[in-house]
Amino acid sequence: MRRHGPFLTMALYLGLLLLAGCHGNQAALNSKGIQAARIERLWWLMFSIILGVYVIVLAWAGTAVFRARTHRSENEIPPQVDPIADQRMTRVVGVAIGATVVLIFVMLTSSVVTGHAIANLASKNPVTIDVIGHQWWWEVHYEATQADQTVITANEIHIPVGQPVVIKTASQDVIHSFWAPNLHGKRDLIPGYQNALWIEADEEGTFRGQCAEFCGHQHAHMGFFVVAESPEKFQAWLAHQVSTPPPPSDPIAKHGEEVFLSHPCVMCHTIRGSGAGAKLGPDLTHIASRMTIAAATLPNTRGNLAGWILDSQSIKPGNKMPPNPLKSDDLNALLTYLETLQ
Amino acid sequence: MGTINQPRPVLDVSRTPTVVFGHRSVIWWGQFGLMLIEGTMFAIFIATYFFLRTRDTDWPPGFSLPALKWGTINLSILILSAIPNQWLKKKSEEGQLGAVRIGLIAMSLIAIVNCAIRALEFPSLNCVWDGNAYGSATWTLIGFHTFHLVTDMLDTVILTLVMFFTPIEGRRFEDVSVNSVYWYFIILTWIATYLVIYWAPRWL
Amino acid sequence: MTPLEQSGTATAVETSRLEKLERIWRDPSGFWGWFTHVNHRSIGKRYMVTAFAFFLAGGVLAALMRIQLARPENHFLSPDLYNQIFTVHGSTMMFLFAVPMMFEALAVYLVPLMVGNRNICFPRLNAYSYYVYLVGGLLLYSGLFTNTGPDVGWFAYVPLSGPDFTPGKRADIWAQMITFTELSALAVAVEVVITAFKMRAPGMSLNRIPIFVWGMVIVAFMVIFAMPAVMLSSTMLLMDRTVNTHFFNQAEGGDPILYQHLFWFFGHPEVYIIFIPGTAIVSTIISTFSRRRIFGYTAILLAMVATAFVGFGLWVHHMFATGLPQMGQSFFTAASLMVVIATGTQVFCWLVTLWTGKVILKPPMLFALAFFFVFIMGGLTGVLMASVPVDLQIHDTFFIVAHFHYVLIGGAVFPLFGALYYWMPKITGRLLNEAAGKWHFWLFFIGFNMTFFPMHILGLRGMPRRVYTYPTSMPWGNLNFLATLGVVLMTAAVLIFIANFFWHLKRGEIAGNNPWGASTLEWATTSPPPVYNFAELPTVNGRDALWDALPNQPIVEGLEEDCRQVLMTKVMDADPDCRHEFPGPSPVPILAAIATSIFFISTIFTAKLFFPTIILVGITLLIWYWPKRQPSLRRKEREIWEQ
Repeated sequence: MRRHGPFLTMALYLGLLLLAGCHGNQAALNSKGIQAARIERLWWLMFSIILGVYVIVLAWAGTAVFRARTHRSENEIPPQVDPIADQRMTRVVGVAIGATVVLIFVMLTSSVVTGHAIANLASKNPVTIDVIGHQWWWEVHYEATQADQTVITANEIHIPVGQPVVIKTASQDVIHSFWAPNLHGKRDLIPGYQNALWIEADEEGTFRGQCAEFCGHQHAHMGFFVVAESPEKFQAWLAHQVSTPPPPSDPIAKHGEEVFLSHPCVMCHTIRGSGAGAKLGPDLTHIASRMTIAAATLPNTRGNLAGWILDSQSIKPGNKMPPNPLKSDDLNALLTYLETLQ
Repeated sequence: MGTINQPRPVLDVSRTPTVVFGHRSVIWWGQFGLMLIEGTMFAIFIATYFFLRTRDTDWPPGFSLPALKWGTINLSILILSAIPNQWLKKKSEEGQLGAVRIGLIAMSLIAIVNCAIRALEFPSLNCVWDGNAYGSATWTLIGFHTFHLVTDMLDTVILTLVMFFTPIEGRRFEDVSVNSVYWYFIILTWIATYLVIYWAPRWL
Repeated sequence: MTPLEQSGTATAVETSRLEKLERIWRDPSGFWGWFTHVNHRSIGKRYMVTAFAFFLAGGVLAALMRIQLARPENHFLSPDLYNQIFTVHGSTMMFLFAVPMMFEALAVYLVPLMVGNRNICFPRLNAYSYYVYLVGGLLLYSGLFTNTGPDVGWFAYVPLSGPDFTPGKRADIWAQMITFTELSALAVAVEVVITAFKMRAPGMSLNRIPIFVWGMVIVAFMVIFAMPAVMLSSTMLLMDRTVNTHFFNQAEGGDPILYQHLFWFFGHPEVYIIFIPGTAIVSTIISTFSRRRIFGYTAILLAMVATAFVGFGLWVHHMFATGLPQMGQSFFTAASLMVVIATGTQVFCWLVTLWTGKVILKPPMLFALAFFFVFIMGGLTGVLMASVPVDLQIHDTFFIVAHFHYVLIGGAVFPLFGALYYWMPKITGRLLNEAAGKWHFWLFFIGFNMTFFPMHILGLRGMPRRVYTYPTSMPWGNLNFLATLGVVLMTAAVLIFIANFFWHLKRGEIAGNNPWGASTLEWATTSPPPVYNFAELPTVNGRDALWDALPNQPIVEGLEEDCRQVLMTKVMDADPDCRHEFPGPSPVPILAAIATSIFFISTIFTAKLFFPTIILVGITLLIWYWPKRQPSLRRKEREIWEQ
């Protein structure tokens, strides 16, 4: 066991790792954007170096133990060590240390070079997105040169494929961390600071991200999605998000709007066009166009939305939204209204 | 023990001293350890003060600088007190009880005066600890030094009482010598603290 | 038996002398007497038992966490309870187990023995430090059991832990627990430095100090320079929360990043404070069970010193995601990689010792060898984290959780178990059962890897840390379940160890002075040692005291044996320097610890009690210091002043 054990186990680990981490949404080794790709290349370089070192050290240790082991239990004073043999071994240790220094230098250089490469992406006119962290959701602003062209949404970020995007991070309360591993490493959202994270998607897709700095009760349920789409689709989406939805024509939806405006909803949420302008919770102007609710916690379906509105505390205990016991036809109307907010 | 015929060789330490000073004294080493720890606390706190300063273009905010008078008076007294302090240290290492008693009374009085002046410094800092980060940093830094000042004042007073009212053995002189070293620590940390609190906002 | 060990046999005259020494040096028995002990082995054993109890408590909390995480969207623990549990688990393991066991317990028990003296320096301070530590730990758990446990993570970042986002006493309890444990560690650090520098056996020059003692001295210096930073950061947090200072309030000029800098300036050296004793243990065990002196004594010593120094320059690698300037970050990458050279040097020296020695695979050696497998994997994943770009992907994910458990358990817990099997015979006089030791080892080793290896993959698959649950839609469920299964094996292993411990107290093989044929001075005396440690105080002829001893190695004579007099020696060559009398048993340490506890705890509830309680502390310190008449007169009569 002692000679073979370590090697077998290591082969197992290696196999597991190669199989395991390489695909999937929200996986660092499944890069879909240039920044993540650069990091992934560096990862594989460093990983192969450290794997090689590990194998060599274990082989050395395993062999040393196996060949030198004895079953004699000795209480006598051991013989003096041969100084010539120790001298030879000093050279061995010297070589080992030298090799370590060289490998470290390789890893240092490649890290610094990669770090420099991912620091920013060259662009004259990047899509600029402000992401502001809240306990436990993401406020998203698309900056525009004209104020009335600013898009405000929550928990879902659309970006054009193949174009640089800069995410500017800030926080309204505690430290959060924006992390969409398919696209890039993470960046903290720190109150009082603004950071910039440059990303660029290489292909279309929907990439999940999650808050990566413990931020309180519902840190576990603070996810988001980055939707990378063709530049045309992206522009269309942006234009649509800027627009104000028409007032509801359907009488049930109209009643739903009245329910919204006469209940606590209006104290936290904005719906442009309805008169509700509070900014404590996510902007709901185009809620029906989003894939998920509650910061990527639930798919955006009528049933889930109903459960969330009635008692969000049972889904995300400790979150800032109080329960709303609504009569069933009020709830129905409200849901119908919200569904019109495409 | 070896066999009856061959007694073990011995290293006889019975004539080594029992009263020693400076780095030969274990009490001195304890004090040295304490100074390392507290000195590190001061250094880190001063670094904190300057770190906070890099975050604020306005320092102190509102441009209300601490008044110089009482802090500088305290500084002068402390620096001058090095003279009687050194004299006391020397006399204690010579075991001269009478001189030590006088020296301790003098140092106790000096320390009490320092504490009284320190009480006047706080209100003349022109800031409050709960107003802003600058006020918090300033009060905490000077408060930390005050804690040491008051502690050494009490140490000196108690040593004075001990040298008058308890049987005097060599160890007591060691204690006086080490307490003098602590007083040097008070002086040096005050020089640093004074410069940071009173002059950094003016010079930098 | 070596010449030094032969000092166990005694003549009639000797026996009455030993009886007298026993009378002078023993601590009182009985319930109330227990609170007055100042013997370093008594206090050391308390540290060990208490730290191990906290290890078990932290382990239970970990098991609860693993049960919650075994399935996605599990409802075993509410988010609030989970957050308290992971915070208290981390705080327990780091502040109440790792440092108190790896540093305080082992150093307090072993360093005075290894340098050949009768007690540790400042015995009453030593006792005081233990009580302060105990109260700090109890404070934390009293919070947990009253639903006031801290829930902000073991490093309690602001603003989350600040007054705006964590109301109530939770974070205050955490911050003050830090004050207790750091005070305790600082006191022991000073004692260890002085004991190792001034109280060594004559002949034990600096280059003959055992590697284990050097490791503890280096750690002591690290404690002295690192702990002030966390004392400050936790006290500043407490002040922000209780008296409205604004250190971390960015609206009034404060800065949350300041907290991170202060905390990690302590936090990174902290892990080396935990890990260097592990390397010191491994060096000791590998030497003994390879039947040769350690290869590369000087290189290992320099490597430990380099680790300590460089370890103070790495802290920003915990902050790579905060957006600090790139040039600065590169410096910390370089430093973080440089420390690998120091650790690598130690590893290579151990490998050579194994290669050129005769390896005996008893349980202590198994645990020491596990270091290679476990710690090195953790250290190598640490290399990945030194790289900023890679760290930006793995930071704050389960990859990091895997990494630090590999380095902490590989670098501290495995060596610790090795140390316990190695030194338990010295402490209790009997050997632990070897077969049970092997079961313990393999179950723990397999269970540990089963729990923590999958976490590397979970992190790469996107699972962040500190989450009380995770979506069913993510591919994390199976690996989490596997990780929870590993806990079963580790629990079984620890239970076997505990059973072995109790079994060996009555049925373990009698150890004798030196069951392993080891070389350091603690093996020159009986197992367990008498209250005065050594019948004859030894002198030393080489680095491996018992192996290098002359046939007639001189002993020390001339100390007064009707009082607790010890020999102080010079720093460089350990030549006899002076004699000093240590205090005997005293109730003052616990009284002072009670007063200190009242001061620390009351001030987190109200600032009004600050002055009354600190005066109470002052009074106990006054009683502590105030000279006693009879001993003073006796000493004055026999005084010899220095020239």
